[in-house]
Amino acid sequence: MSDATQSGPMLAADGTPLKRSLARALRMQKIRALMLIAPLLLFVLITFILPIGDMLFRSVENQIVRDTLPKTVVALRDWDPASGEAPDEDVYFALAQDLKIAVEAKTHTRLGSRLNYEQTGAASLFRKSGRKVKRMDLENDAPFKEAFVKIDKKWGEPQIWQTIKTYAPAYTNGYFLNSVDMQKGADGPEARPENQRIYIMLFGRTMFMSLVITVSCIMLGYPVAWILANLPMRQANLLMILVLLPFWTSLLVRTSAWKVMLQQQGVINDTLVWLGLVADDARLIMINNQFGTIVAMTHILLPFMILPMYSVMQTIPPSYLRAAKSLGANNWTAFWRVYFPQSVPGIGAGSILVFILAIGYYITPEIVGGTKGVFISNRIAYHISSSLNWGLAAALGTILLAVVLLFYWIYDKIVGIDNVKLGG
Amino acid sequence: MSTFATAQRTPARFYVSVTAAAGALAGMFIGTSQGNTLLGILIGAAVPAIIAFAATKMLPERPARWGILALFGAAGFLISALPGLFVGLIFGWFFGWFMFWLFEGHYRASLPPYLTGGQVLWHYAFRVICGAIFVFLITPILVVLPLSFNAQDFFTFTPEMLAFDPAGYSLKHYRDFLTNDAWQDALRNSLLIAPMATLLSVSFGTLAAIGLSQPHVPFQRAIMAILISPMIVPLIISAAGMYFFYSRIGLQGTYMGVVLAHAALGIPFVIITVTATLVGFDNSLTRAAANMGANPVTTFFRVQMPLILPGVISGGLFAFITSFDEVVVVLFVGSAGQKTLPWQMFTGLREQISPTILAVATILVVISIALLTVVELLRRRSERLRGMSPG
Repeated sequence: MSDATQSGPMLAADGTPLKRSLARALRMQKIRALMLIAPLLLFVLITFILPIGDMLFRSVENQIVRDTLPKTVVALRDWDPASGEAPDEDVYFALAQDLKIAVEAKTHTRLGSRLNYEQTGAASLFRKSGRKVKRMDLENDAPFKEAFVKIDKKWGEPQIWQTIKTYAPAYTNGYFLNSVDMQKGADGPEARPENQRIYIMLFGRTMFMSLVITVSCIMLGYPVAWILANLPMRQANLLMILVLLPFWTSLLVRTSAWKVMLQQQGVINDTLVWLGLVADDARLIMINNQFGTIVAMTHILLPFMILPMYSVMQTIPPSYLRAAKSLGANNWTAFWRVYFPQSVPGIGAGSILVFILAIGYYITPEIVGGTKGVFISNRIAYHISSSLNWGLAAALGTILLAVVLLFYWIYDKIVGIDNVKLGG
Repeated sequence: MSTFATAQRTPARFYVSVTAAAGALAGMFIGTSQGNTLLGILIGAAVPAIIAFAATKMLPERPARWGILALFGAAGFLISALPGLFVGLIFGWFFGWFMFWLFEGHYRASLPPYLTGGQVLWHYAFRVICGAIFVFLITPILVVLPLSFNAQDFFTFTPEMLAFDPAGYSLKHYRDFLTNDAWQDALRNSLLIAPMATLLSVSFGTLAAIGLSQPHVPFQRAIMAILISPMIVPLIISAAGMYFFYSRIGLQGTYMGVVLAHAALGIPFVIITVTATLVGFDNSLTRAAANMGANPVTTFFRVQMPLILPGVISGGLFAFITSFDEVVVVLFVGSAGQKTLPWQMFTGLREQISPTILAVATILVVISIALLTVVELLRRRSERLRGMSPG
C-alpha cells in the first residue's frame, strides 16, 4: 500500500495512469456499443419517430390562413369582433389583394375547405368569391366592401371575419378543442351545440368497450392460465398450442372467421335455428353492433391475457394451496386468500396489455362493428381518408397516443419493458 | 368381472342417475331440433339410463362399449342417414365411455382420495369450463377450414355440406384465388414487401441487439423505449403519422415507403427475441476468438452468429408475419400498386365480395401452423444451446 503511494499513480503497460487507461477502455466500449445501435436508432427515428412528431405538429399547425391572406390578417388586427359590425374598407381592400394572388396560385379553395371545418359554408363562399375576384380591377373597383357584399352578403356579416381572425395565428388549439367537442368562440373556448358533439362520446365508448373486453379477457383467461400452469408439462404444452394457434393466425383470418360465425345467415345463427332455440324469422343480430365487436376482440386479444397470466402462475408453488388447505382453509378461502393475491401481477400485466391493444384497434371494429361498435380509431381513419381534415385526425390521434403512453408508463412501472414476452 | 385395486365400483343409483342427467341434456337439444323438447328430455334420460344399467350388469366393459357404439350409430343412421350416423357414433362413444368411467370409479383414480363429492364435481366442472373456453379459442379458426371448400358462394354451411355430399364440396374458391388477377397481384405484392422489410429489420435489429446487450450502454432504457415504441403505439396512429410524413417526403404510395414502414413495425420483435437469446450468450467466447487472432467480423460470423441464430431466425419470422399480416399501415402508406393480401381480404370483407377470402384464410392458417412449428423448434434448440454454455 505504501509502495503505491510512493511511486505515484499506478501505471498501465504503456505508461499511462491505469485509471485513465481504464476510463478510455470503458469509453471505447460505450462508443462501440452505440455504434452498433446507431444505424437502427437512426432508422427508427426517421421512419417512425419523425412521422409521429409530424402528426403532433400537424395537430396544432395552422399556417394556411396567415400564408394565404397575409395582408388581411394584418388589417384585421385592429378590428374588434365584439363591435358586431363588419370591418372597414381597408380590410376589404387587403382581402381583394390577397385573394387575387391566391386565385392565381389556386390556394383559395384549400383555405376555404380549411375554414369550412370551423364554419360551414366557408368553402363555397371562397370558391364563389375567387371566381369574381379574378375579374376585379384593384385600381378602379373601389369601394371593395360593397363589391364583396354584392358577391355574397356573408362578407358583410361579422361572423366570417371573426373566424378568419380567430384562425389567423400560425398555431392553434382549435383541433384539440374540436376533438373534445368544443370550439373557439368570440371569448375563448366554448362548448359545441349538443347535436355536434360526438368525440367525447366516442372516446367514452372506446374506453368503455376496451374495459369490457379487458374484463371478459380476465374472466376467460384466468381459468385457462390456471389449468395450463397446473397440468403436467406434456398436457400443458399440447393445450398451449390451442392458445398459440389463434395468436399466430392472421388478424384478418380471425376477423373474417367471426364475420362468418356471427352473421344473421352465419354459423351460430344456423346452429341455433337448427337446434330450435331461435325461430328462423327471429335470428339474433350479433354483428354490426357492440356485441360483435366485443366478442371478436375478446377472442383476438385473449392470448395476450393468457400468456402473461400463465408465466406468473407458473412461478406460484402448488404446495402453498395444499398448505392452506391442510391448515383448515376450504377451497374458496385457500384460493382467494393464498393463490389469487399471488396471481394479481399476471392479471395486471395482461389487463394493461389487452387494454392498450384494444383502445387503438381499427380493423376488427371496422368490419364487425357497424356504426354502433366503432372506436375512435375508425373516426381518425375517416378524417384522414374521407373528410381530409388531417389536423383534426392528428389531434384525435395525439389524445389517443397520450392515453396509450400513460398506460404504457403504468405497465412499465408494474411489469417493466424488458419483461415483454412473445408466445410463451 | 375385473378387479381394480385403486378404483371402487359405484352404486347403481349414482352412475345410472348421472348418465340419465347427461342423456337428458343431450336429449333436450335433439328433441328441440325435432320439435318436441319434453319428449326429447324424457327419451334422452330413459334410454342411456336403461342401457347403462343393463350393460354394466350383463357385459364386461369392452364388448359393452362396442355394442353401445354400434347401437347409437345405427339409431342415428335410421333417423337421418350419413350425418345421423356420424352424430350417433359420437354420442355412442361418449355415453359408452361415460357410464363405465362412472361405474368403475375411474373418475376418482387421478384425484386425492380425501376429496369430498362436491370437490370432485367442481374439479370436473372446472375442466368443462376450461374446455369450453378452449373451444371458443379454436372454433372460429376451425370453422373457416371446411367452409373454404364450399361449392356455393355462401359464408355458411349448406345442407349438402352437412350431408357429407361430395357435390357440396369443391375447390372452386382455391381455383379463384390462383387464377384471379386481383388476388395474384396482392399475393405478389405481399411476397415482394414482406421479405424486404424482414431483411431490413433483421439486419439492423440484430446489430442493435448485440450493441444493447453490451455491459455498459449509456441511455439503455431510453434507447430501448424508442426501439420498442412501434409495437406500443396503436397501429392507426403509426399509420396516420407515416401517411402525413411520407406524403411530405414523397414516399407515400411507393414500394419503398411500405417496406420502410413495415420494417419499422417489425423491429421491436427482432430486438426482443434477439436480446432474449443474447442474455444467455457467454461473452468469453468472443474474447477467446479474439485471443486466437480472429478479427471482430470473423468472430461475429463464425462464433456469435451460429449461437444466436435461432433467436435471429425467430425474430425474423415475427417480423415477416408482422409485415405479411399488416393491413392498417399499408392501407394508408401504400397505394393501389402496393395492394397486399391482407388489404385485399379487408376490401373483400367490407364489401362482401366472395368466399375466396375463406380459401385465402385457410392457406394463411396452414402457413401460420408451419411458422408456429418452426418457432417452437427453434426455441427448443436455442434453449439446448444455451444449456451447453455456462453463464
